[in-house]
Amino acid sequence: MKRTSVRLLMAALILAPVTLAVLPAAQAASILTPESQFAAQGGPALYGSICAGCHMPGAQGAVGAGHYPALAGNPHVASAGYVVHNVLHGYHGMPGFGGELSDQQVADVVNYVRTHFGNAYADAVSPDMVAKAR
Amino acid sequence: MPNDFDLSAPSHPGAGPAGVSRRQLLSLIGRAAGGSAMYSAMSTLGLAQESPYRGARPLTGGRRDQTILVLGAGMAGLVAAYELRNAGYTVKVLDYNQRAGGRSWTLRGGDVFTELGGERQECRFEHGLYLNPGPWRLPHHHHAMLDYAHRLKVPLEPFMMVNYNSYLHSSKAFGGKPQRVKRIQADFHGHVAELLGKVTAQHQLDAAVTREDQEKLLEALRDWGALDEQHRYARNLTSAVRRGYDIAPGGGLMPLPQPSEPIALNEILDSGLWKYLSAGADYDFQQAIFQPVGGMDAIAMALYREVKDLVQLNAKVTAIHQDAAGVTVRYVPSHGSGPAHTVRADWCVCTIPLSVLSQLELTVQPALREAIEAVPYAASVKIGLQFKRRFWEQDEQIYGGISFTDLPIQMVSYPSTNYGHAGKGVLLGGYLFGPHAYEFTAMPPAERVRRAVEYGTQIHAQYPQEFEHGVAVGWHRVPWILGCYGQWTDDMRAKHYQTLCTQDGRLVLAGEHASMIPAWQEGAVLSSLDAIQRLHAQILATHPLHKASV
Repeated sequence: MKRTSVRLLMAALILAPVTLAVLPAAQAASILTPESQFAAQGGPALYGSICAGCHMPGAQGAVGAGHYPALAGNPHVASAGYVVHNVLHGYHGMPGFGGELSDQQVADVVNYVRTHFGNAYADAVSPDMVAKAR
Repeated sequence: MPNDFDLSAPSHPGAGPAGVSRRQLLSLIGRAAGGSAMYSAMSTLGLAQESPYRGARPLTGGRRDQTILVLGAGMAGLVAAYELRNAGYTVKVLDYNQRAGGRSWTLRGGDVFTELGGERQECRFEHGLYLNPGPWRLPHHHHAMLDYAHRLKVPLEPFMMVNYNSYLHSSKAFGGKPQRVKRIQADFHGHVAELLGKVTAQHQLDAAVTREDQEKLLEALRDWGALDEQHRYARNLTSAVRRGYDIAPGGGLMPLPQPSEPIALNEILDSGLWKYLSAGADYDFQQAIFQPVGGMDAIAMALYREVKDLVQLNAKVTAIHQDAAGVTVRYVPSHGSGPAHTVRADWCVCTIPLSVLSQLELTVQPALREAIEAVPYAASVKIGLQFKRRFWEQDEQIYGGISFTDLPIQMVSYPSTNYGHAGKGVLLGGYLFGPHAYEFTAMPPAERVRRAVEYGTQIHAQYPQEFEHGVAVGWHRVPWILGCYGQWTDDMRAKHYQTLCTQDGRLVLAGEHASMIPAWQEGAVLSSLDAIQRLHAQILATHPLHKASV
C-alpha cells in the first residue's frame, strides 16, 4: 500500500531550510511540485537518479571515512527480498525510499540492479511483492 | 518529548472563556497565514524549544592524569576538546579530514574538493567570495554558538533572512514571472483581513468573540491588512504603503505617487506562493539571525586555533574498543599509505557521524549499537555560482535574502554582505532537499551547476550573460560524512535517542545526531557540552582527588 509517508514528512520537517516542507500532511498534498515522489521511471533512470548518488554510476561503491558498498558483484544482491527491504526501509545510514517510490518503481530498480553490473539473477521482483514488503 | 502542541492549551491566570476564544481566533488567523500550523508542526519535533544553554560554564577540576580521546574535529569535537583541555584533562583529537571544522565548512577561491567517486572541483571564486556548503545561519537563540563566537572574537553580521523585495516564484503561476515578496504578502494579508472583517461585521463570530472585542478585532484587521476606511483591500495609497506603488513617491515636481493594483485572492491561492510567506516566521529563522563575516567556518577555525596542538588530521578511525580500564582506537592515514596506529585513552568522546560510526568495529552494548545503526542520513545539495556582477542588487534592488521557487533548486540566496560592491558576486544558486537532492547528488558536479544556472535563469534572466563558474556539494558524496545529517523520526527517537546519548562504559557520543536540534551547529555544541559535563562528573566521582594534579 502506498502511503503518505509520515516518516518522509517528519524528515522534511526536520530538514526544511524554509517553509516549503513544513506543512501539515493535508497541505503538503497540494504543493505545486510533486516533491515527495521521484519522477524517474524504469530501472536505468531510477538507478541513475537515486542509487548512483552513493553506490556510483558503475555500482562500484565508494570509500571515504566509511564506505558505500558496491552493488556490482555483491553477494547480498542474490536475495531479492533483502534488496527490496533496503530500498523500502533503508539500512543503517542509508535512507529508505518507500515513501517516495511506487511499488512499480521499486520493482524496476531492484530488477535492474540484480540483472546488471555483473549481476544476473533470474528471479524478478513484482510490484505485488514490493507491496507486501512495505 | 511532547507529541503535540496546542497554542490554546496553556491557559494563563485570568483567562476566561472569552480569552480562550480570542486565542483560538488568533490561532485561526495565524493558520490562515501559515504560521501556527507550522509552529505546531515544528514543536512536535522539539524544534521550538529555547536552547537550554545558560552561558559559559567551563568545567573545572579536571584531572591531568586522565586521558580523553575525542574523535572528530567538527563543532562537537572542537568544543569537547577545548572545554576538556581547559578543565585540565589530557586530550587528543583525531579527524579523518585534512582540515578541522567538519560540516562547518566554507569553500573559497583556491579550495579543492574531491567527492566520492573521484570528481574533483576547484573553487575559482574571486577573493572574498565564498559558499558555505553546510550551515550558514546562526539564529539569535542559538546561545551556545553565539557565545563561542563572542568569546573567540569572531565577528558576526546580520543574515538577511527576510527580504520584502526578493522573489517568490512558481513555474506554474503568473506566467512563470517571479513576484516580489512584498506584493504577495501584502495582498494575501489584505484579502484575508478583508474577509475576516466581513465575517466579523456580519456577527458570524459572536459565539467566539465578544462584541467589544469584535470592534478591536476589526481595528486590528484594518491595520494588519492595510484596509481602507470601508475595510476593503483595494488599489489605493493605503495598500500601496505595503505592496508598493506604480509610481513611487519622489521629490520636487516629479510625478505624484500612484498606487498599484493588488493581485486577486484566487490568483494568490492558486499560485501556492502563500506557502513561502512564513519563511522568516519560524522560530529557527526569525530575525535577528546572523552569519560570521567571511564564512561560517570562522567559528570552528577560531576553536581549532585554541586546540590545534591536540588535533591529528588525516586519521581514519577503523575501530573503537573498550574494556574496564580504557578505550583503544585504531586508525590509519585517510590519504596516502602508512601503518595502522592504535591510541589508548581512559575515556572517549566520539563525534563521528552515525553514517560512518555504524560501519566501524565497535565495543558497545547491543542497544547502543542498534541506536547507532538506526538513523538514516538525509540528502542535501548546495550550489554556489559566481557572476560577473551583482545584478540582483544593480538591476533588481535585492540586497541579501532569499527568493523561493517551486523549481528543483528550491531557492536562490543573495549574499548578506558587501552590499553595493562593484565587482563579482556569488549566489547560493540552489539549496536542495528531498528527491531533487538525491537526483542532483547523482549528477556530476558540472551538471549540477549547469542545471542550477538553467533553472535560475527562469528567475533571473541575467544568468546566462553574467554567469562565470560554480561549485556544487552533494552531501552524500562528501567523503567524511556520507550524508547531510541524522534524519530522526519521532519513532526512532522514542526507541533510540536516550540510549544514543547515554554514556556506554568509557565512551560517550556527541554531535548534531545526539541532539534535538538536528542539522544545526547548536545541536552539536549542546550535545557536546552535555556529554562532557556528564563525563566530567563521572570521572570526578570514580577517581578520588588524591591523585589529581594541581
